[in-house]
Amino acid sequence: MPGVFQGDGIMGLEVPLRGGAVKFPREQRVETEVGPAGASPVNGRQYQTCNCLVLTEDLGLLDKRVVPRKAFVPDGEEAFLICLFDGRDWRSVGLQEALEQIRDEATRAMEKARSRDELNELKIKILGKKGQLTAVLRGMGALSPEERPGIGQMANSIKVFLEEMLEKRAAELGEEEKKARFREETIDVTLPGRPVMLGHKHPLTTVLDEIKAIFLGMGYAIAEGPEVELDYYNFEALNIPKDHPARDMQDSFYITPEILLRTHTSPIQIRTMERVRPAVPVKIIAPGKVYRRDDDATHSPMFHQVEGLLIDRKITFGDLKGTLLEFARQMFGQERQIRLRPSFFPFTEPSAEVDISCMMCGGAGCRVCSNTGWLEILGSGMVHPRVLEMSGYDSEQVTGLAFGMGVERIAMLKYGIDDLRLFFENDVRFLRQF
Amino acid sequence: MRVSFLWLKELVDFNLAPEELAERMTMAGLAVEGITHLGAGIKNVKVGRILEVKPHTNSDHLVICSVDAGGTEPIPIVTGAPNVAVGQKVPVALVGATLSGGMEIKTSRLRGVDSHGMLCSAAELGIDPDNPESAAGIMLLPGDAPVGADILQYLGLDDVILEFELTPNRADCLAVINIAREVAAVTGGKLKLPGIQVQGNSENVRDYASVAIKAPELCYRYAARIVKKVNIGPSPEWMQRRLQGSGVRPINNVVDVTNYVMLEMGQPLHAFDYHLLADHRIIVRRAEDGEEMVTLDGSKRILDQDMLVIADPKRAVAIAGVMGGENTEIAPDTGTVLLESAFFEPTSVRRTSRKLGLRSESAQRFEKGINLNRTVDAINRAAQLIEEMGAGEVVGGVIDEYVHPFTPLSISLRVSRINDILGTNLTAHEMAEILERLGFPLRRQGRDRIDVDIPSYRNDISREVDLVEEVARLYGYGNIPTTLPQGIVTQGRKTWAQQARDLVIDSLTGCGLTEVITFSFINPKAFDRIGLPEDSPLRRVVRVQNPLSEEQGVLRPTLIPGLLETVARNQHRRQTDLALYEVGSVFHPNEGPRGCGGEQTGRLEQTVRPSEPLMGGLAAGGERQPREDLTVAGAVCGEVFRGWSEKPLAADFYLAKGVVEELFSRIGFKDYSFVPETDHPCFHPGRTARVVHRSETVGIIGEIHPEVLANYDLAKTVFLFELDLERILPLIATAKRYRTLPRFPASERDMALIVPGDVPSEAVARAIKAAGKPLLKEIRLFDLYRGSQIRLGYKSLAFSLLYQAGDRTLTDEEVTRVHENIREELAKQFQAALR
Repeated sequence: MPGVFQGDGIMGLEVPLRGGAVKFPREQRVETEVGPAGASPVNGRQYQTCNCLVLTEDLGLLDKRVVPRKAFVPDGEEAFLICLFDGRDWRSVGLQEALEQIRDEATRAMEKARSRDELNELKIKILGKKGQLTAVLRGMGALSPEERPGIGQMANSIKVFLEEMLEKRAAELGEEEKKARFREETIDVTLPGRPVMLGHKHPLTTVLDEIKAIFLGMGYAIAEGPEVELDYYNFEALNIPKDHPARDMQDSFYITPEILLRTHTSPIQIRTMERVRPAVPVKIIAPGKVYRRDDDATHSPMFHQVEGLLIDRKITFGDLKGTLLEFARQMFGQERQIRLRPSFFPFTEPSAEVDISCMMCGGAGCRVCSNTGWLEILGSGMVHPRVLEMSGYDSEQVTGLAFGMGVERIAMLKYGIDDLRLFFENDVRFLRQF
Repeated sequence: MRVSFLWLKELVDFNLAPEELAERMTMAGLAVEGITHLGAGIKNVKVGRILEVKPHTNSDHLVICSVDAGGTEPIPIVTGAPNVAVGQKVPVALVGATLSGGMEIKTSRLRGVDSHGMLCSAAELGIDPDNPESAAGIMLLPGDAPVGADILQYLGLDDVILEFELTPNRADCLAVINIAREVAAVTGGKLKLPGIQVQGNSENVRDYASVAIKAPELCYRYAARIVKKVNIGPSPEWMQRRLQGSGVRPINNVVDVTNYVMLEMGQPLHAFDYHLLADHRIIVRRAEDGEEMVTLDGSKRILDQDMLVIADPKRAVAIAGVMGGENTEIAPDTGTVLLESAFFEPTSVRRTSRKLGLRSESAQRFEKGINLNRTVDAINRAAQLIEEMGAGEVVGGVIDEYVHPFTPLSISLRVSRINDILGTNLTAHEMAEILERLGFPLRRQGRDRIDVDIPSYRNDISREVDLVEEVARLYGYGNIPTTLPQGIVTQGRKTWAQQARDLVIDSLTGCGLTEVITFSFINPKAFDRIGLPEDSPLRRVVRVQNPLSEEQGVLRPTLIPGLLETVARNQHRRQTDLALYEVGSVFHPNEGPRGCGGEQTGRLEQTVRPSEPLMGGLAAGGERQPREDLTVAGAVCGEVFRGWSEKPLAADFYLAKGVVEELFSRIGFKDYSFVPETDHPCFHPGRTARVVHRSETVGIIGEIHPEVLANYDLAKTVFLFELDLERILPLIATAKRYRTLPRFPASERDMALIVPGDVPSEAVARAIKAAGKPLLKEIRLFDLYRGSQIRLGYKSLAFSLLYQAGDRTLTDEEVTRVHENIREELAKQFQAALR
C-alpha cells in the first residue's frame, strides 16, 4: 500500500506517505512534474506537490470530487500515484488496470450523459489536456521499455474507442436534442394565418377583364366613348330613326331632347368607324356602362355592356358564328356549344340571339336554363348595310359582324349570382367573394 | 301574341306536337316564349243538365240538384251556388274528376246529404281564372251543349296556347294567318286560309253613310260597311274560346267579330252604333287643340292637333286607331252598325297612344304598320262572320276611301351576294325554294339573280339584305358553316389610358381596398347631405329629364355621395370595417368647374385643362355634351384586422393617406404635396388636405365632417379621398428606369427632435433632407410623441436617417459631421432640440 489517505478525499486531498518514498510496482524512478513545495495543512510537514491520479470505484474515476490534481509527496520525493478506492480503502493500481477502469467508467458515463454539454465536459475530463486519460498516459514514462508497447497500444486503442464513442454519443444526443427542440418549438398550425388584406375587384370588373382578355387575344382593340351621348350616335346612326318602334326596346334617360344616357355601347362603334373610315379592318370591342329606364328584379337602370365590331372585306355570318363560339368556349369552357336564333336588331341584318349550352347541366335541361338546355348570353348579327353607309363605308365592299352582351348577365351565369341588384348594393360580404 | 294551337292546325296541315312546333318556330325567328295547356289537370268533367233542384233540409244556402251527365242514373249533387236552375246546362265534375289547380272530386256528405260530384265555375276549369266573374257562380253552357260530352273538347279546353314573343319588325305576325304562313314555311305544310265571301243585301252602303278623309297624311285608307238588324248577343262558344285563348275578353257578337278579325288578319276594326253618328257621315280629321272625348274605358281624353280622330259632323267619335268613343259605343239595343277598317299612319298612332298613355291592341298594330292592301278584305271577313252567325244583315257594298295607294315592291337578290354575307354555298334554286315556301312570288330566276315580289304584309322587307335574313333563318342558322375571320392579323392591345386606369385599380386592390360600382345618377339632395353650400359650383349638375325617381335625378359631379352611401349601407348591415374605392366618370355641364371636391367656390373656375380628353374621345361629340372626368375615390373606416396575435389598426387619416401615397408611387405620380385644407364643407377642418401638383389641386383627402357623418347616419368615422384622374394620369411616369444598387454599406442614425407642436413634420423632414445633402439618402419618421415627457405645446419627432455614398464606405466622422450639421440647421429653423 503505497499511500493512505486521510480525510474524506475531497478537494485538496493530501496524501501523506507512510514509510517514506512512494513505491511503484517496479520501483522505478519516474519523471514527474514537480510542483512547488509547501507545508501539509494536515501535519505541517514539507511536501513537494506532484501530479497524482486517484481512482475510486464507487464514486467513479471521473468524479471531480475524487480527482485531485495534486498530491503531496514528501519533500524531495517524486512520485506518480494511481490510487484506487475499493470502498473501504485506497490502493494504488497499475496502468493497465487504470486504463481499463477509465474506459469502463467513461463508457458508462457517456451512456448516462443526457446532453451534448455534459458530453463535452466528459470529453474534457477524459481526453482533454488535463484529462484523466492524458494523465494516465503520462504515467507511461514509468513503464519499462518492454511493457511500454503493450500498454501504449492498449492506451491508444482505448483512446480511439472513447473518441469514437464520444462522437457516436454526440451524434445520438444531437439527434435527441434536435427532436426535443422541435418538440418544444411545435406550434398550433391550425391557428388562422396572419391576414394579408388585399382588396377585391368588383366582380363586374373581373368579368370585364376576362372578356377583354379574350378579345385582345383575338386581335381586337378596346374602344371607349362617352356615357352621355348624342341621340344621333345612340339611335339615328344605328338605323333607329325617331319614332322607330325599336326605340321602345330601349327606354332612355334624356338630358335634352338630343342628348341622352347611352342605352348601349354601340355609339362607340359609330364613332370608331367615323374616325378610321375608310380603313379596314375595324376590329374593336366597346365595353362600358349603359343606361335604360327600367328598374325591377331583372333590370337595372345602369348596367354594363361589351359590344364587338369587326368590319373587313369578306366577313361572313359564318365568321360571326366562329367568333362567338370561340368566345363562349374561352369564357365558359371548351365543351360549350352555341346556338344562334334569328332575331331582330335595327343595326344588324341578319340578326341573331346567341345561346350557349347550359354549363350547369351540359344541355340536358335544369332549373338554371329553365329545362331548355340553353342560356341566352348575347345578341349579334351582320352589320346592317345602312349603318355601314351612314358611317362612311361602302356596304358593297365591306361587311361586318357585330355582337353585344350584358356583363351582368355573363357574371351571373359565371358565378351563379341570382340577384342583379347585388352588383350595385356593394355589400362587402358580396364583394369579398370575388 | 297568344295563338291557339288548334287554330293554327286549322290553317296549316302539319303534324307536330305543340312543343316541337314551338322549337321549330323559335329557331326560325318567331320565338315561342310560353306554352300553356289550357285544360291541364282537368279530367272527367262532362256537360250536364240540371233535372231538379230541391232545398236542403238542413241548410238554407245549400240545394240538392239532380243532374243528368249522360249516365244511366241522374246524379245527386249538393251545391251552394246561387245561380242554379232546372234545365240549365252546366259543367259537372264526376266523382274521380280533377280540376284546374289539382282539386280532386270525391263523394262527400254535406249536412247529411251525399253529393256525388260538383258543378263547376269557369275558374275551376281554368278559364280566365283571374277574373272574379269566372269564379262567381256555376258556368252556364249554351242550351245546345250536348249532355255527357267531355267538357274539354266541348269548350275547346283541349287546346294549347303558344305565346309568341315577336320582334318589332314582325308586326305582321300580330295576325294569326301570318303566323300560319310562317308555320307553313317552316313545316312545309299546306296553308288553308279561310275564303272571304259576303252575301250582302241588295241595298247600297253609300245610301247609308259617307266617309271623308280630311287628313290624308295620317289616314291612307278608310273602308266602311253597314250591318243592320243586328241582334246583339253573345258570340258562338268557339269564337269566345279563341278570343279568350288570345287574351281578349268576349263582349258581344259584333265587338267579338271585330276583335276576332283583328286577331286573325291583323287589321283592327271598329264598330260604331250607326244611329248615334250624326248625319251618318264619317269625317277623318285632326283633332282640335283641347278637344275632349270620352273613350270606351270611360276616361275623358283631351286631344290636340297632332292626333287623328274619327268624327261625325258634330263631334269626335273615336281616336283613330287607338280607342273608340263612348258616344257611339255598341249597346244591347244597337240596331245598325257601321264597321270601320282603316289604315292610319303608324307614327301618328304611336305618338297619340303615348301621349294619352293609352295602349290598346289596336294601337299596338297600327303603330307597327299593318297591311295597307287588306283593308277591305278584313272588313269583308267581318261582314262574312256576322252573316254566318246570323247576327245581322249586311248592307251591300263597301265604302273604300283609298287616298294613299300601296306601292308593290319587288327586290332583286344576288345569289353570290347572299352567299358572301352568309358564308354559304347555296344555289339559286335553293334560295328560290326558300322564298317560295315563304309565299314570296318569284318574278324571275337567273343563275345569280332572283327577282321577288314582296307580299304586302311583309312591310319589314325593303332591301336585298332583308331577304338575306329570310334565306338564312329558313335555311337554318345552325346549318351555316362555322368559320373564323380571315384577313390581316391585327394586334389587340390596350391604350395607354386603359392601362393606366387598370394600374389604378390594381394598385388600390393591392392596397387592400375593395372596388365598388355605384350608379352614375344620384339624388340632388346628396349635395345638402355632404354639406355643399348653395352656391357651390358642384351643384351645377347634369340633370336627367325623365329620371325613374328624384333619387336618381342628376348625374354625379363627384363620387363622394355614392361612396358615403355605400359605406352607410354596409355600416347599417353591421359591416363596419371597410376599405372601398370606386373608379368612374363624374359629369359636369360643359361650362362648369372641373373635377374633384377639392375645389372651392369660385376659386378654380378658370381651370380648364387645354389638353385632349383622356379617355380616347370622351366628350368628343362637341360642346353640348357634358364633360365626363375619370375620377377615383376611396374610403376607409373602422379597423383593419391584423390577425389574432396583433391589435387591430384603427382607420385614420394616415391610413387613407398611406393608400394614396402608395397609389401615387405605383402609378409613378411624383411631385405632389398635401396642403392643409380648412374649409371644405364635407371634411373635418383640421384633418383634411388638398393634394396639390404644382399649385393645382388634383384631389382631396380627409376625415369626413361630423355633420356629414350624421347626415348619413354613420357610426364610424370615415376617411375619404377623391382624386381627379383626368389630371393625374397624364402626369404619371409609367416608364421604369433601373437605379444601380448601392455598392457600399449605409449607416443608419436616429434623430429625435423636440419641436413646437404646430410645426408640420413635413417641413422638418424637408429641412433635414436639404441639410443632409448629398450623403443623406433616406429619411423615415418612426415616432411621434406628445405627452408627459415633453413640454406642453411641443412634440417629439423621431427620424431614422440613412447615409450612404456611391463611391466609398462612409467613416463615422463623416456621418457625424453631416448629422450634426442637420441638427444645427433644425435648431436654427425650428428651435428644435435633440431629445
